[in-house]
Parts: sequence; C-alpha cells; structure tokens
Amino acid sequence: MAQTATHTEHQQHPIKLYLVVWGLLFVLSLFSYLVDYLHVQGYLRWTLILLFMVLKAGLIVAIFMHMAWERLALVYAVLLPPILVLVFVAMMVSEANYTLFTRLASFGAAP
Amino acid sequence: MHESAKTKPSATPALPRPSGLSGFAADWASDQRTFKNVSWGKAMMWIFLLSDTFIFGCFLLAYMTARMSTTVPWPNPSEVFALNIGGQEVPLILIAIMTFVLISSSGTMAMAVNFGYRRDRRKTAALMLLTALFGATFVGMQAFEWTKLISEGVRPWENPWGAAQFGSTFFMITGFHGTHVTFGVIFLIIIARKVWRGDFDQERRGFFTSRKGNYEIVEITGLYWHFVDLVWVFIFAFFYLW
Repeated sequence: MAQTATHTEHQQHPIKLYLVVWGLLFVLSLFSYLVDYLHVQGYLRWTLILLFMVLKAGLIVAIFMHMAWERLALVYAVLLPPILVLVFVAMMVSEANYTLFTRLASFGAAP
Repeated sequence: MHESAKTKPSATPALPRPSGLSGFAADWASDQRTFKNVSWGKAMMWIFLLSDTFIFGCFLLAYMTARMSTTVPWPNPSEVFALNIGGQEVPLILIAIMTFVLISSSGTMAMAVNFGYRRDRRKTAALMLLTALFGATFVGMQAFEWTKLISEGVRPWENPWGAAQFGSTFFMITGFHGTHVTFGVIFLIIIARKVWRGDFDQERRGFFTSRKGNYEIVEITGLYWHFVDLVWVFIFAFFYLW
C-alpha cells in the first residue's frame, strides 16, 4: 500500500501541464460555443452542452485547483455534497411539472 | 524535564498514513485533525467554496424551476445576447468572448501559483495583476451587456420577448457572479501587492493579523479565482446555451 506523509505539502507541478489544460479549456469552450453557433438542437444539443461543461469543470477542479493530488478525506468532503444537490434537482423537476400542470389546467395555455 | 519534552508535539512528520479509501477512513476517524496535508487556510477556503457552491446551485435550481413551470415561451438566449457586428447578427458573441477572457485569467492564475512556490516574486505578482486585469475586463463586458439589455427593456419583472422570469433570473445569477469576480479582483490586487513588496520572503507580519504569511496564500487566492471561473462554466451552459 502506498504511504503518504502527513505534513503540509506544496502543490508543485510542471508548467507544461498547466499550459496543456489551459489549451484544452479553450478548445472545449470553442466547442460549446459552436454547439450554439451551428444551431445543434434537441437531445444532441443538451448532451454536448453537458459533456463539455462536465469536462471543463473537471479539468479546472482536478488540475487548476489541485484536487487530483489531495487526500481523499478532502476530495470527498468537497465533491460529495454538491452531487447530493442532484436529489434537490429531481425534487424541483417534479414540483415544476406540477406547477405547469396546474397553470395549464386552471388558467389555460396562455395568460 | 525529560518527561515534558517527550509529550511535546514532535517537529518531524508523524507516522506515514495510508492512502486511498483506508486513508479516507483513517483521516476521518475521531480525535484528530481531518485534513492532513492541507493547511487550515486552504481547508477553510475549500469549505467556503463548498458553501458558495450551494448558493449558486440554489440560484440555478430556481432558474430551472421558473423556466420549466412557466406557460409563456422562454426568450431565446442565442438571439437575446447576439451582437450586431458589421451589419450581421452574431449569436452569443459577447458571452463567448467573456468565457475566453475568464479562462485566460484562470490560466494566468495557475501560472502565478506555480511561480509563487518557486519563490519568483516578480513573475508571481505580474501574473496575479494580469489575472486581475482579465477579471476587470470581464466585469466591464458584463456591465456593457447589462446596459444593452436594460436599454432594450429587460427588467426583473418584464421583457419584450417572453417569460417575465427571464429578467429576474438573469440579473440575479449574473449579478451575483459579477460581484464574486469583483471581490476576486480586489483580493488579487491586495495579495499581488504583498507578493511584490516581498512580504513572504522577509516574513513581514500582516497589518491585520500580525502573523507571518507565506506563498500558500497565492494558491488560496487561486482556489477562489478558479471557483469563479468554475461557476461561469455552469452559468454559460445552463443559462446561455440551454
């Protein structure tokens, strides 16, 4: 099993790594802009937007914020709680659908 | 004498800790400091950023709920945020430029952290000021965007193109993000000044805390700055592209 010392460590990594990630972020941003520019619609649009978003967020957190080199105690403390927000999202999707249903049922299609 | 010397915390690193999942369990076990190789300053910045994640998460959730539950069509952001360049409508161009400016600032910030740990004080300060300049440019472009939309009749309670909630969610989400960028710029300038003056080389005591600082504060400032960029990634995807 790999052993890790417990003293405070400085995050020191080669500059080339940062430049590569920087370039990747530019390319991914360009791709997500092209999704809109080329009028991609429907499920393909949403899939591409979410894919580029997750890749960009992952690169920023893992490399620029050095999360890839932290101990799991910190990684899980920071990354798990936001994932639980997805439960809240599911609740609000259900709530929004119900609100829309009552609006259509009680007030008609357009106000 | 001898006994008390024995109980004093030793300056040498303690026992090596396991890594991976067993390390996670060992770190979170009771009666000890949880975050082993992270200073309190960095741990606290992460906890703050976690709480800020929930704030922006709730804003985006509120936006999702408003957009899903309205019977009136949502304005098309691609057209709303288009700019007329040379007689042609270019969709979302200002937002794209803002995205590139913010990503550039994240890159210069990452370089500043790297040069900080190399104790290259001039390059660190210069890169931090460049980051602050990119940030100020971003806020400037956002002010331009707000001015354009307000002059076109967008208000928190109405707009010419569709669902009234568009204005309120737009001003709330981008306004909060712009405020974060502005505070980040101020934070960057304060730390860059300290780095430039050589505070962390001479171990000069802070004006407010009377404590000696070190180059780790550059990384902590960087964490905040990258977070601001991170939030923009989500706003760009959910508000402007969806």
